[in-house]
Amino acid sequence: MNNLVILIPIALVLGLLALGAFLWTLRSGQYEDLDGAAERILHDDDSKPQ
Amino acid sequence: MTDLAATGVPRDLSAADDSDALTDFIVAAPDGTFGIHLLVEGVHCGGCVRKIESALADDATVVDARVNLSTRRMTAHWSGAAAHARTIVNTVESLGFRAVPFDPDVAVSEHEKQGRELLRTMAVAGFAAGNVMLLSVSVWSGHAQDMDEATRSLMHWISALIALPAVAYAGRPFFRSALRAVAARRINMDVPITLAVVLAAGMSLMQTIDGARHAYFDSSISLLFFLLIGRYLDHRARGIVRRSAERLLALGREPAVVIGEDGRQQTVAASRIRPGMALLVATGSRFPADGVVEDGESEVDTSLITGETLPQVVMTGDTVLAGSLNIGSTLVVRAGAAGDNTVLAEIVRLVESAEQKRSRYVALADRLATAYAPAVHGLAAGTFLGWIILGGLAWQPSLLIAVAVLIVTCPCALGLAVPAVQVVASGRLMQAGILLKNATALERLAEVDTIVFDKTGTLTEGRPELLDRATIADEDLNRAASLAAASGHPLARALVRAAGEAVTPEQGVEEVAGRGLEHGETRLGSRVWCGIAGDGDDDAMELWLRSAGHEPVRFRFRDRAREDAADTIAALLGKGYAVELLSGDRAATVSAMATELGIETWQARQSPADKFSRIEALAADGRMVLFVGDGLNDAPALAAAHASMSPGSAADISQNAADVVFQGGHLGPVTMALGVASSARKLVRQNFALSLGYNMIAVPLAIAGLVTPLVAALAMSASSLTVVGNALRLGWKKP
Repeated sequence: MNNLVILIPIALVLGLLALGAFLWTLRSGQYEDLDGAAERILHDDDSKPQ
Repeated sequence: MTDLAATGVPRDLSAADDSDALTDFIVAAPDGTFGIHLLVEGVHCGGCVRKIESALADDATVVDARVNLSTRRMTAHWSGAAAHARTIVNTVESLGFRAVPFDPDVAVSEHEKQGRELLRTMAVAGFAAGNVMLLSVSVWSGHAQDMDEATRSLMHWISALIALPAVAYAGRPFFRSALRAVAARRINMDVPITLAVVLAAGMSLMQTIDGARHAYFDSSISLLFFLLIGRYLDHRARGIVRRSAERLLALGREPAVVIGEDGRQQTVAASRIRPGMALLVATGSRFPADGVVEDGESEVDTSLITGETLPQVVMTGDTVLAGSLNIGSTLVVRAGAAGDNTVLAEIVRLVESAEQKRSRYVALADRLATAYAPAVHGLAAGTFLGWIILGGLAWQPSLLIAVAVLIVTCPCALGLAVPAVQVVASGRLMQAGILLKNATALERLAEVDTIVFDKTGTLTEGRPELLDRATIADEDLNRAASLAAASGHPLARALVRAAGEAVTPEQGVEEVAGRGLEHGETRLGSRVWCGIAGDGDDDAMELWLRSAGHEPVRFRFRDRAREDAADTIAALLGKGYAVELLSGDRAATVSAMATELGIETWQARQSPADKFSRIEALAADGRMVLFVGDGLNDAPALAAAHASMSPGSAADISQNAADVVFQGGHLGPVTMALGVASSARKLVRQNFALSLGYNMIAVPLAIAGLVTPLVAALAMSASSLTVVGNALRLGWKKP
């Protein structure tokens, strides 16, 4: 049973991390243009020189 | 630019230098940069996005520019002068796109906020459901393997810690809706959901405090998770429709050139046009407002508004409509109605009101739910009282059994029955290039008994083509095409297309509106223009070429029916559907097309409002109408019909107002969509029967107090799997 005391918190922390990551992607607007994101990967990366 | 306000020019005109149509939309950031939001028409793929973004990246003052392909909006930021906005818009327009500014605070509505809330609550519910389920599985297997009481209690407490806050957070969309319903003395599906979730969570907490064997945390939170997925998908489908009206309004926002009383020309936003202003409308631009022609003679392409194939000649005193295109020469127009009073704005209003009406359509699952909710409540209450009065139990165990009844009857399989079939059916239609845009579209398609078609662009290809190409000498065609290259008239364009690449455009060709083209001795145009005796054809799509030393040559044109139009109509009539034709075109053309395709009922010269009211009249007769159309003028009818389809070549607004959009140059998708819809309906009904069958077995057990969470979970997943398996059969059937 001692394993549980370690394993359950680990599972919960990992789950919370994933939840946090998802909420972060949501907040930073990564779901606002799903069609565009799918196409952008095909573009050559020749952004203007800084 | 001088300060016009100081010179006493009315305020409406003071905002008239070139960038002023944009000024209202420019946002200044604290770091000295400026930003603007634009709606971009004509962006269809990643390539368009790339073209715009890289063109703007070459502009040194532009800090960033990003196009959103899903919403067709773009945001740009730049440093330097605010007026640079005009350069940015010009850059985008020079690439062949139309860019119109918009205010995101108005456009980014309550709707998008709701969408984000649903996603957030869905994520939280998903996290909690997954973790609670892990713990529950251990508890269930613990029942079989002598898990000690302390461990089980620990598991329940941890479940409670995860589930209770998650239920409180993720349940809010349901709680709010249920409270509103109860406050209005109504019952909707959210009431039993709220009751089941809250009671299950509350009872489980009491059980946990008592150290009992069973808790229902997993049921309450996973129920929320699944329902939220459904809500979110539904919400997204609605969002697509909503954006259509927004884009249509943007079409009306073309900047206008106003001629001031002192004769000076100024560019202003369309919203600043007031009745009585004189407007200059150049060749190739759209009329910013309805109005009356004061000076000039030109041809106007009204196909977008009325669906007519051929442009109309307008002269001094004629009325022109906002949104139609000036293809002849420059006109001076005295503005009549502007903004909210134009025909275009009227179309938007019709679409909006029709869409509200349609959103009131209640899906089969929801209709069942209204009968189902009271039945479930009655059953649970009866169980509770029955166990206390007849069974002699204390109130806590009685309530526990009642909650088990609520959970077992919770419409999980019922909620899956429709979506599962929808997913399979829309996947199958998608492979055939048919896109379902609305969650209830399949159901409504299955109920259709009358099909109304638009003509131009729907039954036909939407552009005139030269007839009898083989009987015309190449030399004649080339001569005609070299004149025609100078004109934007659809018949002239058709000549140029037919002649192919061999055409060398003639210089110095003169165009006379409504008559034809002239170059020296050679004339190309109407019968009268070329001085040829006799009457024109009844459907008058002809051009004559007259030149010295040659016999006059006649070119006939026709907007040809789509290849499989006749077959499709025949197939639909064969299946017992009533078929009608509604067109904005002239009676002669419409009647010829109706005869060719075997359609008996047709009406010509229909305005958008006529089409709309014809659909309403059919509906009032109790007919379930499917409207198939493509033009802007069809948009209100598309939104008003019980179900609607648009070809992929249709105007944006029509595609958005339609439930179904189909690709390719054929009409076969209409028959196919109707076929798939009716088999989907059959499967949905079977699925309801299946899940009700499960309930008939599980509910008596629950009432008898024999259902533990394990049994409930097994029954739920078994019925869900059967329902999904049954839905998959739709994919196996041959088209």
